[in-house]
Amino acid sequence: MDLTQGTFEEKNNRAKKMMLWFGIISLVMSFAGWTSAFVVSSSRPDWLKDFVLPNAFIISTFVIFLSSITFMLAKKALKANHRKVVALWLIATLILGLVFIYNQFLGFQQIIDLGYNFTGPTSNVTMSYIYLIAVVHILHVVVGLICLLVVIYNHFKQKYGPSKMLGFELAATFWHFIDILWVYLFLFLYFVG
Amino acid sequence: MSAHEDNHAHDDHGHHHKETFITKYIFSQDHKMIAKQYLITGTLMGIIGVIMSMMFRIQIAWPEEPNVLFEALLGKWAPDGVMDADIYLALVTIHGTIMVFFVLTAGLSGTFSNLLIPLQIGARDMASGFLNMISYWLFFLSSIIMVSSLFVEAGPAAAGWTIYPPLSALPMAQGGSGMGMTLWLVSMAIFIASSLLGSLNYIVTVINLRTKGMSMTRLPLTIWAFFVTAIIGVVSFPVLLSAALLLIMDRSFGTSFFLSDIFIQGEVLHYQGGSPVLFEHLFWFLGHPEVYIVILPAMGIVSEIMASNSRKPIFGYRAMIASILAIAFLSTIVWGHHMFVSGMNPFLGSVFTFTTLLIAIPSAVKAFNWITTLWKGNLQMNPAMLFSIGFVSTFITGGLTGIILGDSALDINVHDTYFVIAHFHLVMGISALYGMFAGIYHWYPKMFGRMLNKNLGYIHFWITAVCAYGVFFPMHFIGMAGLPRRYYTNTNFPLFDDLANVNVVITIFALIGGIVQIVYLYNFFGSIFFGKKATQNPWRSNTLEWTTPVEHIHGNWPGDIPHVYRWSYDYSKPGHDEDFIPQNIPLKAGEEELQH
Repeated sequence: MDLTQGTFEEKNNRAKKMMLWFGIISLVMSFAGWTSAFVVSSSRPDWLKDFVLPNAFIISTFVIFLSSITFMLAKKALKANHRKVVALWLIATLILGLVFIYNQFLGFQQIIDLGYNFTGPTSNVTMSYIYLIAVVHILHVVVGLICLLVVIYNHFKQKYGPSKMLGFELAATFWHFIDILWVYLFLFLYFVG
Repeated sequence: MSAHEDNHAHDDHGHHHKETFITKYIFSQDHKMIAKQYLITGTLMGIIGVIMSMMFRIQIAWPEEPNVLFEALLGKWAPDGVMDADIYLALVTIHGTIMVFFVLTAGLSGTFSNLLIPLQIGARDMASGFLNMISYWLFFLSSIIMVSSLFVEAGPAAAGWTIYPPLSALPMAQGGSGMGMTLWLVSMAIFIASSLLGSLNYIVTVINLRTKGMSMTRLPLTIWAFFVTAIIGVVSFPVLLSAALLLIMDRSFGTSFFLSDIFIQGEVLHYQGGSPVLFEHLFWFLGHPEVYIVILPAMGIVSEIMASNSRKPIFGYRAMIASILAIAFLSTIVWGHHMFVSGMNPFLGSVFTFTTLLIAIPSAVKAFNWITTLWKGNLQMNPAMLFSIGFVSTFITGGLTGIILGDSALDINVHDTYFVIAHFHLVMGISALYGMFAGIYHWYPKMFGRMLNKNLGYIHFWITAVCAYGVFFPMHFIGMAGLPRRYYTNTNFPLFDDLANVNVVITIFALIGGIVQIVYLYNFFGSIFFGKKATQNPWRSNTLEWTTPVEHIHGNWPGDIPHVYRWSYDYSKPGHDEDFIPQNIPLKAGEEELQH
């Protein structure tokens, strides 16, 4: 494909989509930094070897996976120009996102109840890693939610249509990224941790 | 961030907009203005960095002697004009940070990527002018924070620019580990965000916004270099952010990622089990690619200037691209050579030695191609060309010692001595600075519409060149004699007494070299107002930026964007009247495109 062809609008839309993808690469690299530090640190004598992830994390994994599906359904509805259905699925996604964050904090509480601390003099390094990775992921979800709010706002302002959905698509891509990222992190913490 | 962006008008022909002072000069989204903002901010940071280096050179040459300069500039850190030992380490730290990140990363890449990418590929502007503006202002903010950290009560960050824990992780470890280090970390976190936003823009602009006919193999080598630099930045800078976040957790939240059992003033701290070597791994995973982020843009600039001023096609265009790609790839798998004395497994050390020495191959390819480009050329010895040749010279000189330092068996002997200082200052410090100067002399007419004074440029180059070698050649010898880096004074070690005079010589060269930059600054700032007016294509170059009008307009070309019909190195092509053919000139009937 010759990328020098096309109108300015086409080129610029392509560039913006690609910019998000390269941004995702850089976010992946920062998580690669933490997970590789996690692997290196797992040979420490004070590493917790028999730790089981709390149930709330398992639930939140399902929730965020579900929210990706609702976002996909919203996109499908937008392509078919069913405006009310779009709004329904978008709001469902928003709620699932909030439920995910709630569950993550529930998970932190369950870990503390088991007698482990994330920070401070009594903290354990395994828990510190899990906490740090999960909190940074939550920050990404918050950014995703902000994008989602903007998309919902724009949708009610009737700014999207089957042929005009760049902002919608960008938000969807980012949302799927944070979904896949958490599923990966969960599996990583489950099997490696 | 992404969703609301498409609400911005896609200002294809932004020059229809009425611009106010604020949108034109301050919150500008025009890549040419952002480039100038980067350059001027980088220059101001550079002045601070150079003054710092002159101060610690004076201290190391005449240790603990009172000096009026110290008294004036350091205040309470120089009681009676004698430099305090703590501030020496802080000066070295901030000098390194400023020069590596603020001058040679943001000042170099930020200036020339912004200026040249849209102009040379034939685009109206960057893919997102808005993010580009945010990128600059984040850089500006991080500069302000870094400079303000110089004025905190307990002194600026003092752990070396590599901020290894525990000095950086324990706020109570020393004066420079407190507020100064906190501000350092905040400043760098913002800097990384700025650099990432910039890089994303550069990458997608080069891929998507090229004009018709501008295939990847017709791109000038400058663009190739900026493009690959941005990719390295996107891949490696986030890992530094990861390391910095872990460090902040250790500093402020009592975790033990990098800290192990430690005593401070007889008191046992609670930390246990962590390892500072983990930080070193994470840091150098960025830290090594960072030196290529610094040097690759300079290489691209030099390739372009050399071809233009030799009036010859660049020698081995595809080999140049291949070696840029090879260097970029290798740069991510050599970080361990910074850590040979950290207790690394010797076998792992030998692996890193192997990958490190491999970099000599693409580097040598590039050096060979520059020299063969000069060979039998019609050399135009203007200041830009002199700095380019100077670049090749210092790159080879510094690169040779890289082979010694990359070999673990040899490196251990000179680790943390002035030999290392000499090596990296020549190969990436001075070289990249020459690349930057070359770029400024060459593209000044494009940036400001006026010419720099040539004679002042000659004075600037020759004194700088002599002083640079005068500073860094002798450092190899004192390094081999074992003189350690970062020491405030060596008078306590009779072993080094013989080297005291060498240090005086180095400092004299450093002072002259620093002061002569005033000539350059005078030339730079004076010519903005009083320089000779530039013509449209003063160097008779082929690249597209010289087809734009001298007066800057938003959107770069008044009419349609020119189409491209040939590569950018058609210099002295047989069968043509002129010795250059711009890229937008169609092939003549029967003319074939050079097989490059």
